[in-house]
Amino acid sequence: MLESAIADIGIRLALTRSTLRLSGFNEAAKKKVLSLQEYFVLSAKSIGFIFRRPFYTTDVVQQMDAIGVQSLTIILLTGFFTGMVLALQTSVQLATFGATMYVGRLVTASMIRELGPVLAGLMVAGRVGSGIAAQLGSMRVTEQIDALNTLGTDPIKKLVTPRVLAALIMVPVLTIIGDVAGIVGGNVIASTYLGLPASLYWRTVWEQIASGGFTLRYIPIDFIHGLVKPFVFGGIIVTVACYFGLNTKGGTEGVGISTTRTVVFSSIMILIIDYFITQILLAVL
Amino acid sequence: MSEKRPPNQPEANPPEPTEDIVPELYTGERAATEAHRPPTEAQGDERRKLERGPSQKPHPEAAAVVKMEGVHLAFDEPILEDVSFHANEGETVVVVGESGTGKSTILKLLLRLLVPDKGRVLIDGENIVDLSFDEALEVRQKMGMVFQSAALFDSLTVFENVAYPLREHTDLSEDEIEARVREKLEFVDLEPDKVMPQMPAELSGGMRKRVGIARGMANNAKIMLYDEPTSGLDPLTTATITHLIMKLQKELNVTSIVVSHDIRSSFRMGTKIALLAERRIVYFGTPEEMRKQDDEYIRRFLGGY
Ligand SMILES: Nc1ncnc2c1ncn2[C@@H]1O[C@H](COP(=O)(O)OP(=O)(O)OP(=O)(O)O)[C@@H](O)[C@H]1O
Ligand SMILES: [Mg+2]
Repeated sequence: MLESAIADIGIRLALTRSTLRLSGFNEAAKKKVLSLQEYFVLSAKSIGFIFRRPFYTTDVVQQMDAIGVQSLTIILLTGFFTGMVLALQTSVQLATFGATMYVGRLVTASMIRELGPVLAGLMVAGRVGSGIAAQLGSMRVTEQIDALNTLGTDPIKKLVTPRVLAALIMVPVLTIIGDVAGIVGGNVIASTYLGLPASLYWRTVWEQIASGGFTLRYIPIDFIHGLVKPFVFGGIIVTVACYFGLNTKGGTEGVGISTTRTVVFSSIMILIIDYFITQILLAVL
Repeated sequence: MSEKRPPNQPEANPPEPTEDIVPELYTGERAATEAHRPPTEAQGDERRKLERGPSQKPHPEAAAVVKMEGVHLAFDEPILEDVSFHANEGETVVVVGESGTGKSTILKLLLRLLVPDKGRVLIDGENIVDLSFDEALEVRQKMGMVFQSAALFDSLTVFENVAYPLREHTDLSEDEIEARVREKLEFVDLEPDKVMPQMPAELSGGMRKRVGIARGMANNAKIMLYDEPTSGLDPLTTATITHLIMKLQKELNVTSIVVSHDIRSSFRMGTKIALLAERRIVYFGTPEEMRKQDDEYIRRFLGGY
């Protein structure tokens, strides 16, 4: 008797608990779906506004400076050292086949197709994404976003669109600069450490680019890979940063949370989306 | 404003109906039609009664410029329940209440920065609850808002902050913009030459607040919303700003909604007081009547004033 009663209560408790958990899960899932939807609306709107008046040209130029020019140093540094370490590591492997002269090809292939875009993306996410989230977040908690709305300005048009546009232009540019820095870094190692003449190094670099094939006759497919990615990454970083920034809640503490979320989320997205873009490009080109 | 009559107007132009009879009735179409045959005051009242007939009660809110009707709003928990009040043209309604009762929320509802769960919000007779985002931006241009925390754009100078609404919505020339910015800064007792090039971060709290007021007024909105315009200011500046709000009302017939903690200045400038407590407007009426109320809570709130 007693045992069955206890078992009964136990079952009932378990049932309520599981339904509770289920409803909690539903709520959370609903919220996730809603915020995902909000994110896509924000992204779509911000891109749509690129083509609609008024154009906040000054803001775009300012953002190109903030996102592009001011990221130059870290992009040059990361590119250069990555190129050097690539040359160093691959030369060890290549030496076992007696093929150290191909170090330029390996550095180029890795930099242009993969490391250049991904590293630039991660660097921009860390430097620019966090900055945007912090700035828009503090504008949100100090009522400046409300003030913009009140003064009849759409915050997406004024704040998000210039940043998106600037990133779409500048992240590919930064990537090219990073690629070049990396290949130059490889050359430094090749000539000092491996004793390869520069002319040979640069010839293998070009061989690698040409070996990837061409599309539309003159455009190396490697370049397409190398530029589609940072274009997409730039868009992701800035829209994610603006989304988290504009949705900041709970004072200064909230600003910190938005900033962290932006960096973590956009970095992970870069790595995941990199995989899918690669797969699509390999299939298409 | 000029005293001379336009040349094409006939000499026998009837005198304008005096505004102070029943101001609510003299707006819109009615005012226009009645201007043709101006009656004596007594006749006018008679006829109005006849025209309305018994079923049409006088409608004091007819001219309400700002109006809330049965507004409900909940965030995590209910904040406002069945909140209704209105401000007629040229009135100053002061919303008072304890901290955290939802006064700022009311202003955000009027600006449609928030959408009520239930109820209507009317600006110039237009229900703004169902407007699209872009339509809401349009409606907001009728209003000027002074935020509790000033909400100046910290990446812009004081000059650019005050000029912002002018640049966004008017075709004023650079000189006209500067003239307007100077005028507004002087209005709030700031030295234009000194503060215009400064960044908001360099200003004191009170100065920031005053720049916020100048920006709110910059495009001469007919509806002004103030969120605690005088909190954190010294008595002299408080008096200046109170005077300023009254001046806007008297000279430009601006309709104002003021959120305030300062009972003294509220009673000075308010044509009506709305007391918010327990998620509702528990009192809405003139300051004089409010003083006569027996209600325990109201008496305590007024603190013997
Ligand atoms: N965006 C929001 N999300 C959740 N809760 C909110 C939000 N905004 C306001 N609240 C809550 O609504 C209530 C009313 O806030 P509101 O700022 O309107 O108060 P207030 O009357 O202006 O107070 P004070 O006089 O201190 O300025 C508070 O309890 C606040 O916590
Ligand atoms: Mg408030």
